[in-house]
Amino acid sequence: MIKEPTPETIKTQHSYRELGVTDSEYNLFTERLGRLPNYTEVGLQSGMWSEHCSYKYSKPILKTFWTKNDRVIMGPGEGAGVVRIGSGKAVVFKAESHNHPSAVEPYEGAATGVGGIIRDIFSIGAKPVACLDSLAFGDDFTAHNKHLIDQVVAGIGGYGNSIGIPTVGGEVQFDAAYQQNPLVNAMCVGIMNEADIQRGKAAGVGNAIIYVGAKTGRDGINGASFASSEFSQEESADRSAVQVGDPFMEKLLTDACLEVTHRFHDDLVGMQDMGAAGLVSSSAEMASKAGAGMTMDLDLIPQREPNMTPFEIMLSESQERMLLCVRAGQEAEILNLFADYGLDAVVCGHVDDGHQYRLLHHGKVVCDIPVSLLTDDVPTYTTQPEKPQRLVYPEPDFVPEVTDVLATLNDLLALPNIASKHCLYSRYDAQVQTNTVVLPGGDAAVIRVRDTDKALALNTDSNGRLLHLDPEVGGAITVAEAARNLVATGAEPLAITDCLNYGDPSKPEVYYELAESARGITAACKQFNTPVISGNVSLYNETDHVGINPTPMIGMVGLIDDLSAITTSAFKQAGDLVYLVGATGDDYNGSSLQFLQTGGYAGRITGFCLETEAKTQAAVLKAIRQHLVTAAHDLADGGLAAALVEMGAAKGYGITGTTALTAAQFFSETQGRFVLTVKPVNQAAFEAALGATPYAQIGTTIAETVDLQFADQRLRTQMQTLTKVYEEALACQLK
Amino acid sequence: MKAAVISFPGSNCDEDLVYALQLAGHEAELVRSTATQLTDFDAVLLPGGFSYGDYLRSGAIAKFAPIMPALKQFAAAGGLVLGICNGFQILTEAGLLPGALQCNEKLNFICEAEPLTVVNNATSFSNQYAAGASITLPIAHGEGNYYADAATLAAIEANHQVVFRYADNPNGSLNDIAGLTNAAGNVLGMMPHPERAVEALLGGTDGLGVFASMASAIEGGTHDQRADA
Repeated sequence: MIKEPTPETIKTQHSYRELGVTDSEYNLFTERLGRLPNYTEVGLQSGMWSEHCSYKYSKPILKTFWTKNDRVIMGPGEGAGVVRIGSGKAVVFKAESHNHPSAVEPYEGAATGVGGIIRDIFSIGAKPVACLDSLAFGDDFTAHNKHLIDQVVAGIGGYGNSIGIPTVGGEVQFDAAYQQNPLVNAMCVGIMNEADIQRGKAAGVGNAIIYVGAKTGRDGINGASFASSEFSQEESADRSAVQVGDPFMEKLLTDACLEVTHRFHDDLVGMQDMGAAGLVSSSAEMASKAGAGMTMDLDLIPQREPNMTPFEIMLSESQERMLLCVRAGQEAEILNLFADYGLDAVVCGHVDDGHQYRLLHHGKVVCDIPVSLLTDDVPTYTTQPEKPQRLVYPEPDFVPEVTDVLATLNDLLALPNIASKHCLYSRYDAQVQTNTVVLPGGDAAVIRVRDTDKALALNTDSNGRLLHLDPEVGGAITVAEAARNLVATGAEPLAITDCLNYGDPSKPEVYYELAESARGITAACKQFNTPVISGNVSLYNETDHVGINPTPMIGMVGLIDDLSAITTSAFKQAGDLVYLVGATGDDYNGSSLQFLQTGGYAGRITGFCLETEAKTQAAVLKAIRQHLVTAAHDLADGGLAAALVEMGAAKGYGITGTTALTAAQFFSETQGRFVLTVKPVNQAAFEAALGATPYAQIGTTIAETVDLQFADQRLRTQMQTLTKVYEEALACQLK
Repeated sequence: MKAAVISFPGSNCDEDLVYALQLAGHEAELVRSTATQLTDFDAVLLPGGFSYGDYLRSGAIAKFAPIMPALKQFAAAGGLVLGICNGFQILTEAGLLPGALQCNEKLNFICEAEPLTVVNNATSFSNQYAAGASITLPIAHGEGNYYADAATLAAIEANHQVVFRYADNPNGSLNDIAGLTNAAGNVLGMMPHPERAVEALLGGTDGLGVFASMASAIEGGTHDQRADA
């Protein structure tokens, strides 16, 4: 057994620094405690005071988010947020990042990211019904990067496929900015009866604390601190900070915990998963929420390895574990239920009078500190923001040259960010639970809500390159695009969850990006009536001091209240009228066309107006809900060009028609636009529904052929040849 | 038809299967794999999923579950047994069906809608399909590559035990086999998921034929194995 430093040695040798605790933080902790902390206590501080658990840098920014409206039942602060959807039902969702673990151990990093977010959902008492993943990788497709992509995808599938929750959607982007620091964000969505909501609290003196699930091992020790620091090329010894997942265990745990929630609702006081900072964060946070004290005997904690120290037991991030607070006297029945599932469950402590957090080990008190010292007394930091030079002096507007529209279209479709991601998402089971109405590949996934006429539309969006050009506008666009995707399926956006992926927040320029993008996100959330109900922060996404693009991932859920109004993006038949809704401008900065022609992204962001976008979305939703639309698709990367190919590829329909757009504008990425198809018989009603929204009928769907006359050029080709490029480009790159 | 759906620890399509059977108008109930009796059922179905996590090898641990002797007895008495996906893997592991299921040829898990041909519509699981019918059912598996040694494969073919074949063989199965019966014809294993294709809202109803065929065989008396004892 490693000999732990004494309290005096910790102070004189500054041993706390190795745990990521600064001098001033150590001094503050010591001062509040009134004595020198021992090694276990400093360990608890390092976990609980890490950015991952305390949000010490991001809290001042997170406070600015808009978190409530009349539909929100429970906002940020619990395992996940809850939104009312009618008929006594609620939707529960949250997203979480697992970037650092995935960078060093892609399979287990991604797998445990999925496992962790699922626990957040069922800890509220909701049945997990869908997962989504938002991924970002480097774009060089070297052997290392291909391995990373393959293993992250395999890890998500390995966990998600076997646990029996469909992976229904998400996104993947490729950009040099993520070369050293991939993003792996996972979102889980659950459905529950409003009446069954469970909160993570430990209240009632004498009530029992029950530990259930996997035994505690030495995996993932102090992972929260690991996730709150930068990478360096030289250090690769961080692998031990990554946990190992067991989806089979989690399936049993999910089923058992949901059964406890339903059968013992009155006896279950609180439940929380052991995520970041493991046992200490779950227990301290549960006590803190109830304003209670807690005592736990660490000898009772099921342990996978011999001779674990209190430090290791408390800070292990072993997966598939939950902590419950149960009414005194009711422990036996609940332990029996867990035993029926073959799960380890033990009473390991109880709720105390007062407010102390006490841990016993081998009969000795190894920790005795106020709960609030771990949860509430963490200092918050604000950095003085500083506008990056690239934003002070943006590049001049990009003027593209499109001389051969067909050649440009083919090149565009082969870009990894535009090409079909089918070869990746086909590795996930998207249909288990048999509720998936719209499968991956469209604008948003749609799952029906059993026993109602409702469905939920789900998606994730992130757009680091636009935030790189303008954090505030880029942040707003990310929310707007998420809403646009949901509207295209016929859904009214309800609320969002976020993963804020940024660099080192103590750097003024990174702090600027964080603060400005939060402003943009908040403005858009208010515009679309989609409060932030949960989320997660991933800072320090830097390697050797080079940060990623600021990349907030927005996970959005929308409500469809009539199953017959669900709309997909595929052209359905020949002869439908094709409409481009929303005005198109010369907006090429940050576009795929700019990347294609210059190899990068630069300039201001143009062509976005929140108010206009909201009006367009409302009009489109109205037309869809009046059953006037046969296919709907939002315009994003690759503009109209990419959208038409995506819509035609599914069933082999093309388009014939004439448009006033130039060939270059075919690739413009003006925000706030849709392509819709309409049966000729509904033309008048459809145009009436759009009202003052700008629109143009640009053609008619037709079997197999694409024949579009632009103002300056004509595009003539076969749908099949475009589809081949679109479908095969990414798969070829990844071979 | 009154069907038992066996739920092993780790089964994740068990509730989907019960739901699909009930939607199709049949009686169905979940039976835990810790049960030791299968009386009063017309048919027994083993669902998809990852029994015991599929650690070691798919279906390898499930064959030792407490329910298995009763299942073998039920099958030996001529009762209809259907194994879907992991259920198919369990049936081969347990020796109730010939051959084995190994990793997909390209090693990855595959979730796709797959076109199939009904090559034998004279079985208790396919009598409601037209001969040679083309149907589409979803697959979702990592180990669906059907293998049998040459002699076994020849016997299976000679005995017309293959019921479903893939049109585009997604996993490398020998002879494009997607589903086959035992020699007696009362046990079927198939990798595609018929329970995922019973509602137009979710993309198709081609799976209904499997359950309707079973019910028809039972009602026709050819497989009246309701063991009241």
